[in-house]
Amino acid sequence: MKITLTHLLGLEGVSKQDITTILDTADTFKNVLKRPIPKVPTMKGKTIVNLFFEPSTRTRFSFELAEKRLSADTVNFSASSSSVLKGETLKDTIKNIEAMRIDFVVMRHGAPGSAKYLSECVNASVINAGDGAHEHPTQGLLDMMTIREKVGRIEGLNVTIIGDIKHSRVARSNIHGLISMGAHVGVCGPATLLPRDIRELGVTVYPSLEDALADSDVINVLRIQLERQKGGQFPSLREYRTLFGITGERLQHAKKGITVLHPGPMNRGVEIDSDVADGNASVILDQVTNGLAVRMAVLYLLAGGRSKMEGDSNAQ
Amino acid sequence: MPSNKPEFFETLLLKGGTVVDPSSNRNEKADIIVDGDTIRQVGTIDASSFSGKVIDCTGKTIIPGLMDMHVHLREPGEEHKETVESGLRAAMNGGFTAVCSMPNTKPAIDSLSQIELLRKLSGGMLTDLHPIAAVTKGREGKELTEMGELAAAGAVGFSDDGSPVLNSGLMRNAMEYAAMVGRCVIDHCEDPDLAGGGHMNESLQSTYAGLKAIPSISEAVQVARDVLISEYTGCPVHIAHVSTEESVRIIRNAKARKIAVTAETCPHYLVLTDEAVRTYDTNYKMNPPLRSAKDQAALIAGLKDGTIDVIASDHAPHHADDKDLEFSAAAFGIVGLETSLGIVLTELMGNHQFSLVQIIELMSANPRRITRVPAISIQQDQTASLTILDLGMKWTVDSAAFMSRSVNTPFNGRELSGGAWGVVNNHQVFVK
Repeated sequence: MKITLTHLLGLEGVSKQDITTILDTADTFKNVLKRPIPKVPTMKGKTIVNLFFEPSTRTRFSFELAEKRLSADTVNFSASSSSVLKGETLKDTIKNIEAMRIDFVVMRHGAPGSAKYLSECVNASVINAGDGAHEHPTQGLLDMMTIREKVGRIEGLNVTIIGDIKHSRVARSNIHGLISMGAHVGVCGPATLLPRDIRELGVTVYPSLEDALADSDVINVLRIQLERQKGGQFPSLREYRTLFGITGERLQHAKKGITVLHPGPMNRGVEIDSDVADGNASVILDQVTNGLAVRMAVLYLLAGGRSKMEGDSNAQ
Repeated sequence: MPSNKPEFFETLLLKGGTVVDPSSNRNEKADIIVDGDTIRQVGTIDASSFSGKVIDCTGKTIIPGLMDMHVHLREPGEEHKETVESGLRAAMNGGFTAVCSMPNTKPAIDSLSQIELLRKLSGGMLTDLHPIAAVTKGREGKELTEMGELAAAGAVGFSDDGSPVLNSGLMRNAMEYAAMVGRCVIDHCEDPDLAGGGHMNESLQSTYAGLKAIPSISEAVQVARDVLISEYTGCPVHIAHVSTEESVRIIRNAKARKIAVTAETCPHYLVLTDEAVRTYDTNYKMNPPLRSAKDQAALIAGLKDGTIDVIASDHAPHHADDKDLEFSAAAFGIVGLETSLGIVLTELMGNHQFSLVQIIELMSANPRRITRVPAISIQQDQTASLTILDLGMKWTVDSAAFMSRSVNTPFNGRELSGGAWGVVNNHQVFVK
């Protein structure tokens, strides 16, 4: 199967069929990654630029490694080392890079919609690695891959996202993707950090964490940003932990067999306790491994590949 | 390519048009002779004895000249976006014989010399410029401008538009002082703490878009404050660019209590909603932002029942460098002078059964009343300020044909029904 997308800007509007194709392909790549030489020549000769206008460690490393595992040529660009500091606009930066004949652009940028804007400025395929509070589609995909791997399915599951939904691109991509895949999505967090009319997206709002945990097969715990407290959106990290922190004690009253995700980086002792993060319910490190496989799958499929890989027998 | 320059005349005969003018209770076929800047005769006129310029207005409708009381002409300071000359030509092309310019230029219009500059720059143009001066020096929200002298020099109102007058004590003083010199304060209502540096309306659409959002109450709480100050002081206040249902409700209640509040809204709020912002097209970015369908319905109801007095364009030219950007980095505002009338005729007359007389009140009579600019009447010996409409004209907005220096419009390619065919003012006539 091929996918119908030319860019991956978000999961809103992406079909169940396309998501399933990406996840199936990612499963195959995960096996490739277990080989002694975990590399395929599939994207040899393709040039990919990783444009990171915001600091990122794991997402940037994950994309870079995925690109290398596919044998693509990669160039990295980060805002701190670039002409952005000299006042160059995003469009000019992009036009300059494109003049060097790039096939793919992976971009993280603080402005919502910047990935779409980029896709309108260039001929290259664009992968959104996070655009402000809008979307982070590969995170949504790797979360779904991890859930499917752990639980065996996505359809019909109760998946609840906990924390700062309002400012979270991870939450938005998860909500759109999970709803497409037939999950029941819940959200739970401080009232000040829930976006307006969130129910109209088709999600359940849980006012109490206890109710959310009792209902959920899976929880996805978001990182709380300290700057939200400074902005007056919640009183203290201490109270956040008291009301919304996922502790081992709380998890004992959760639905049996609950699975815990966290997109990282974690604030241990704030939104999640170490006994949960490192415990049996946690799949946090699987998320990291799956992130690599999902990003390989996305690049491969956007380059025109099929879910049953032609290049597979040529593995080095 | 038609000329973008008006033609001077000594005497002019507009032949065969239909004259609609509520001030003289006229709605009939009539010819008009204009002598310089004065109407000489209205009625059935024998063209054979007339030696001046004759324009055949058969099938056209002649109404009192339209006035847009909220435009940004960008001069002085940002002449690459618009100049007084290009802005007034855009107004002429859009069917306006008068505009009021907002004072948020660089520097702000806050002194007699700035008013004098605008007078010089606008001299000899077909469309009249009535400047609005700043409420506070430098629009800094601290000290009142010399309102008495500014009004005497031609300022028709006072506004820190682009910013609200946040300090309520200062707003009270501004309203009382402006009223003393026979003018009205025009307020850009926005509570910046509630607005939170947002870029679009707060709604399900902002939840999708992930953009920082501006709740409707950031406007309405300031409207409520202004209404209370107006009630307490008895002084008039005009609310600029009303965009929310809550504001309409507050103003409606205030008017029922005879409080001296007036209000305007803009064409874009009547035909676009925040759903359009989902495209991240920066031509849908303005302040106040496009709101919901519920707000839109409230605005149209407010126009219908007289809660909202005026339609103004909030013409806000920007260069592509300020618009061809990520949405959150782009400037607020769209041009409107050359689409305003077409949208109003198409939407309000075409889809909401407004009468032409109502449109004349919203776009000619009421803005003049609020700014104390002399009223227009199509009668013998009155000032000749006329807009000629082609109500049957089907046309497509083409921003390349704008006379404005800027093309930041969300309406390019939009099909409209009815628009300006010509204007007459200041010894000049312009027809398409």
